[in-house]
Amino acid sequence: MKRIALFSVTLLLLTGVIPAFAAQPIKIGALFAITGPASFLGEPERNTAQMVVDEINKKGGIKGRKVEFIAYDTQGDATKAKQLVNKLIKNDKVSAIVGPSTTGETMAILDDVEKAGIPLISCAAGSKITDPVKKFVFKTAQNDSLAVAKIYEYLKKKNMTRVAILTVSDGFGSSGREQLKAQVANYGIQIVVDDTYAPKDTDMTSQLTKIRGSQAQAVICWGTNPGPAVIAKNAKQLGLKLPLFMSHGVSSKKFIELAGDAAEGIILPSGKVLVADLLSKNDKQKQSLISFVKDYQSHFKAEGDHFGGHAWDAVMLLKHAIGRRGEAPAAIAAELEKTRNFAGIGGTFTFSPQDHAGLTKDAFVLVEIKNKDWVLVK
Amino acid sequence: MKRELVKYLLLVAAAVSMPYFFSDGYMMNVLVFVGINTMLAVALNLLLGFAGQISLGHAGFFGLGAYISGVLTATHQVNPWLAMLIAAIAVSFLAFLIGFPILKLKGHYLAMATLGLGIIIYIVFNEAVDITGGPSGLSGIPNLALGSLVFDNDVKNYCLVWTFTIVTILLAVNLAHSRIGRALRAIHDSEVAARVMGVNVRLLKVQIFALSAFISAVAGSLYAHVMTFAAPASFGFHFSVELVTMVIIGGLGSIYGSLFGATLLTLLPELLRTFQDYDIIIYGLILILVTMFMPGGLVQGIPSLLGALLPKKKEGRG
Repeated sequence: MKRIALFSVTLLLLTGVIPAFAAQPIKIGALFAITGPASFLGEPERNTAQMVVDEINKKGGIKGRKVEFIAYDTQGDATKAKQLVNKLIKNDKVSAIVGPSTTGETMAILDDVEKAGIPLISCAAGSKITDPVKKFVFKTAQNDSLAVAKIYEYLKKKNMTRVAILTVSDGFGSSGREQLKAQVANYGIQIVVDDTYAPKDTDMTSQLTKIRGSQAQAVICWGTNPGPAVIAKNAKQLGLKLPLFMSHGVSSKKFIELAGDAAEGIILPSGKVLVADLLSKNDKQKQSLISFVKDYQSHFKAEGDHFGGHAWDAVMLLKHAIGRRGEAPAAIAAELEKTRNFAGIGGTFTFSPQDHAGLTKDAFVLVEIKNKDWVLVK
Repeated sequence: MKRELVKYLLLVAAAVSMPYFFSDGYMMNVLVFVGINTMLAVALNLLLGFAGQISLGHAGFFGLGAYISGVLTATHQVNPWLAMLIAAIAVSFLAFLIGFPILKLKGHYLAMATLGLGIIIYIVFNEAVDITGGPSGLSGIPNLALGSLVFDNDVKNYCLVWTFTIVTILLAVNLAHSRIGRALRAIHDSEVAARVMGVNVRLLKVQIFALSAFISAVAGSLYAHVMTFAAPASFGFHFSVELVTMVIIGGLGSIYGSLFGATLLTLLPELLRTFQDYDIIIYGLILILVTMFMPGGLVQGIPSLLGALLPKKKEGRG
């Protein structure tokens, strides 16, 4: 009997949670994949968001009120994201949520934020997040479709019509593959090889050999580090002479480091943050970009990338929306929808009731890797 | 038997009272997952704790349950309850077929074979994009409903999931105390001795494997309808290991131990969130300490810890 009594006491102890309450700041929640396989997204996003919030608070907050930033780590897992979004909504009672980092996690929590009526600004790229449009869901990462359009436009200009695509079998790659296949008709392009590789593969020579034996005039690879670097190296070893295109998933210095000499001549679409100082003075985003890069460098001694940029955009969009009509979740969502020509890091955002992604293909520029650095492709 | 009844009634009382403590807070949501994880831990414990057969692929059965249910209801508009039944039968049938060759293996080889099985299932979830939605997940799974009662919020889901959990525990406790339960323990201690005593070792191992898969698939199906979403990342190798940890931390061969193991491993990360970046270290440390100082699991460790503390201080609660 004693044992039974102890069981129930333990159960109670284990389940007894004491939530911490704070004063009266404006609460913004965040879900990022800070650890786990998607940490290359979540970490810069969390860092950036925290940096921007600190910056806002240092300047006196939004309309004199401090911002409290509550970030949780989802580890890239949809189940955790679902639990944590409930925690943000029900326990922390946040006014708006930034994140999650990946499309899968975002899709998992859409119902919850819609039901609770809390605005969510996702930092994930998948087009299905905002298509169809949901009242409270926005996103700052550029749609994959825009990146694909940018590459196909270039190919068409160069009269290349047969391509080989090599995509990674994860969320990013499968979404890219979908878009690459969907848009061929618009540009008169034909996919002659459609192959995939697994995120942890360390050798892609077999896929590339297959491509070498085909009619392809160009290779488009869709993945995030380190896979594409392996592909670049393998292609060089095989003496593959075809022009190699990458996705915006590798648009950071890390890729050049990983691929070394093999990176030379690779062309990829990228957010403008990589080439901030190369942009013309008339570029509306230039001011935001330069200040973001400078702040990130001074805070974290590292180069700000466009992943951090997604969080920068999300927090700034919220700041402006809250600044106009206060922190009531419904008002934030309504004000976000009215955002016009906000020049952020990922692009110039114009939301409308029909469009909660807010970007056009001008959000991307094509860059080429030359002498271990980026140059703009005209 | 009376003791078992008291324990069981205490559990039911605790489960029923939870909604009154945490009416609509975030805790209800966490407790839903505690319930699902408890079902999984109990299912695995039947195999690991009683029959002594390890499985590092149970997340795969869990995922199959979720995906079969999810695809049938979201893509083919099958009734969710029917889908749950189909998922459970299909998965246990699969386990039954695979069980015969796999369960001939012992020790590390069995661990590797089940590990491989789990990984294969995980890869299918990722690669069969047209069916499963691939890495970005399957959405649009409907909630379960009884007539006009739709299980669409945390409290309702809690009642739904814990009904299943409590029935699972009842079944498992009864099974453990039956002739079959004793036969399973005999297999655990010595297969040869069990066979000599007239136990059909081969068939019984496969049957318990299939039963374990059945419960896991039901848990998976519940998961899918509660989450209304499924993504492969939740059913990977990591989760299989977590399930084994729950069973071991709770106490091998104790049904209530699995309840405690699942509760601890599901709640601990939530409680440790206040430590922010250091939570993983503390989490790991607690697990190490529990396995070092409570080799019999929480179910033996906590009473003996309390026993050591209580005589000195009347109000010590551990």
